[in-house]
Amino acid sequence: MNRVSPFLVGLLFGIGLVVSGMTDPRKVLAFLDLAGAWDPSLAFVMVGAIIPAFAGFRLAAKRRTSLSGEPFHVPTAQRG
Amino acid sequence: MSIDWAHFTPGSAFAGGLVIGLAAAWLVLVDGHVLGASGVLAGLVPPREGDSGWRLALLAGLVAAPLFAQPLHVSAAVIAANAATLVAGGLLVGSGTRLGNGCTSGHGVCGLARLSLRSLAATAAFTAAGFVTVFIIRHVVG
Repeated sequence: MNRVSPFLVGLLFGIGLVVSGMTDPRKVLAFLDLAGAWDPSLAFVMVGAIIPAFAGFRLAAKRRTSLSGEPFHVPTAQRG
Repeated sequence: MSIDWAHFTPGSAFAGGLVIGLAAAWLVLVDGHVLGASGVLAGLVPPREGDSGWRLALLAGLVAAPLFAQPLHVSAAVIAANAATLVAGGLLVGSGTRLGNGCTSGHGVCGLARLSLRSLAATAAFTAAGFVTVFIIRHVVG
């Protein structure tokens, strides 16, 4: 099984976390501190992440197998 | 509520988010898996025949990421907690993500992108729990 692709996915995921500032616990805590000096950055990370992920899952739903030929291992309860 | 404009970083937050979402889209399209950090790790305990390689490769990439992100000159993260607190926090996060079948990446990014109601409920629950916990620690006890 191909391991280069998952490695690159992990790398991208981690770089995204570093760039977004979410590897810093202070930044996550500042988002959760509604009554203090609130930092809404985390919400922008979520919106930014959901856009390409939404497109990816839509494209995946139209295919029978993934591009590597592996079957999809996606939860079956689509709206439960 | 007052916004901390000095530390608010909408641009880099959104850009980093796009990169995370791209990773999630790539994993499902190319390899057929959902990008959920806790789920990827949990699938190794116990390891299953033929199902460990991609998980280990992904986690290795995740751990190696800060080395590759260094040229981006992002300020270093500061973790102000002792070892006991980190272990206790880790156990709570681990139990909670197994109980809820996912974490911020699995439910919050992939689940919401799949329009899953279960993930919406999980995301609302752990975000609300975070708001309440921080309020109690910082403004009631602290």
